[in-house]
Amino acid sequence: MAMMRYAEALNRALREEMARDQTVFVFGEDIASYGGVFKVTQGLAEAFGDRVRDTPISEQTLTAMAVTAAMTGTRPVLEIMYADFLPLSLDALVNQASIYNYIWNGQVTMPFVLRTQGGGGVGTGAQHAKSLDSMVAHIPGLRVLAPVTPADARALLKAAIRDPHPVVFLEHKLLYNTRGEVPDDDTLGEIGRARIARAGRDVSIFATSRMVLEAEKAAAELDAAGISAEVVDLRSLRPLDLDAITASVGRTHHAVVVNEDWRFCGYAAELSATIMEHAFDDLDAPVERVATLDMPIPYAETLEREVIPDAARIAAAARRALA
Amino acid sequence: MVLTRLLEERLGDLHKAGKTRGPIHRCDGQEAVGVGAAAVLTDADFITTTHRGHAVYIGKGLEPRRIVAEIFGRQTGYCGGRGGHMLLGDVEHGMLGGNAIVGASIPAAAGMALSIQLRREDRISVAVFGDGAAQTGICHETMNIAALWKLPVVFLLEHNEYGLTVHHSVQSSVPDLHLRAAGYGMPGEQIDGNDVIAVHQAVSRAAQRARRGDGPSLIEARTYRLEGFSTSDMGGYQTPEELAAWRRRDPIPQSREILAETLGATRVADVEAAAAREIEAAFETALADPMPAFVPHAPSVPYTARGEGA
Repeated sequence: MAMMRYAEALNRALREEMARDQTVFVFGEDIASYGGVFKVTQGLAEAFGDRVRDTPISEQTLTAMAVTAAMTGTRPVLEIMYADFLPLSLDALVNQASIYNYIWNGQVTMPFVLRTQGGGGVGTGAQHAKSLDSMVAHIPGLRVLAPVTPADARALLKAAIRDPHPVVFLEHKLLYNTRGEVPDDDTLGEIGRARIARAGRDVSIFATSRMVLEAEKAAAELDAAGISAEVVDLRSLRPLDLDAITASVGRTHHAVVVNEDWRFCGYAAELSATIMEHAFDDLDAPVERVATLDMPIPYAETLEREVIPDAARIAAAARRALA
Repeated sequence: MVLTRLLEERLGDLHKAGKTRGPIHRCDGQEAVGVGAAAVLTDADFITTTHRGHAVYIGKGLEPRRIVAEIFGRQTGYCGGRGGHMLLGDVEHGMLGGNAIVGASIPAAAGMALSIQLRREDRISVAVFGDGAAQTGICHETMNIAALWKLPVVFLLEHNEYGLTVHHSVQSSVPDLHLRAAGYGMPGEQIDGNDVIAVHQAVSRAAQRARRGDGPSLIEARTYRLEGFSTSDMGGYQTPEELAAWRRRDPIPQSREILAETLGATRVADVEAAAAREIEAAFETALADPMPAFVPHAPSVPYTARGEGA
């Protein structure tokens, strides 16, 4: 085990996979000589030469090129600097990457990873603070991963690179400097498997990405008031670990879903509907939903704080579920 | 070219008889572009094309029988009936896709060229796209990146005068689109797209340049669509004079004349008769083939398979 930052864990995964497999290459804006604006790709250009490329600002085309590079023998890892730029990549995801394995009757696979980071909390404003999870998780044929711990960041990025299908890998700008133990062995994450971040008896809090950390804070606060909350880190937004969800609801009979995307038609809405459809008989109360307020993300700290979910809102939702 | 024309005409007849499904985008009049370009390539080379790709499918060596089967949604089609006439792909022949998002065939070919470059392989890719697609943002982005990285790709602009019903003069202030190549630092040339020899020669030059590692080229092949945008086209935007003028430049009679001079009229007639028999047999066999059975797509299922999760 080694203690490292989330960004370092991702860097290590890229380094290991590029060393292991000559067909893995990394491209994106500012990622080669500068090492990425969040320093995830630092040092890779020195180690791997033209397999690490700075690109023009052309997200639409870069994503489309990754799709066909992936179907012709390489394993591209494309960095899209902000999740807010995903709409530029969307045609290549919705109309290209996600369809060919099916419509060409299995003739091609698509080992392509799109890494990006979203989320608010640091005053980046309405065009650099969104989480657009539901926009990508909506698309059949894609996998969507959102690890929160450095260990999962490394293990799931390695699994994503080796996977034969297109993966959107969602990071969070407030996670890059968080630290955690990362195993030394060649652990691969399992796509489609959730993790119980904290066991509990009274209420299940299903959370994604940085919201898992807020849910853990909420659980600690609830614990002090005598409420035992279970925090489930979903890790894989698509495919979703339905068994883990139904098992947890079966234990606690109360559910709170938390996601940093917008509330209306957001990823939390899908989680809520999934629980209603698959665990209704185990529920003692309606599912409580915590998500970003349905409006543009404001800039000023006092305003942004009102819009993005936090531990206090999650704890309040858990209390409502148990009321 | 004759195979393609006969395919298109037969599809037109079956559409009128109400026997086709969805729109069919015929390429009558444009056959020389796709066929002439594909003839330069080997099975190892990749080509991408548009929603109007039948000439490329035939030119790249795909069997008419399996093309027809795909167009009629049969199990025996190149994609088992899942793709349809616009989205046909065949890995074995490097025919990596008709693409019905206008402009998408351009970065698609460049992505394949990037893969070729990174793996240091001896092959190239060709993007076939129209004058409508030339106005998209991804066309600009792709040409910039391809020229910058000297990707082994050929940009073949199949200029048929119209983007659906809108004339190119209403889509661009510059009538000669090959001039744009200069802005990317790559060679650009304009050719008669109804002259299959001119297409073959221009694509050969561009292919050699790409194989040498000197990067992409832009070829603007001027041609014309003699039939509607698709089988749903009500017409009315092409003048009779314009249509008559282009019918006189139909690539098939032009090629027939040249071939008759060198091979003799009898030999040419024999080849055409064989093509007619092949298309006849293709439709007969394909239309008798079974429809596919529905199978869900496992990678699209939103939940982890039971027993695999926690």
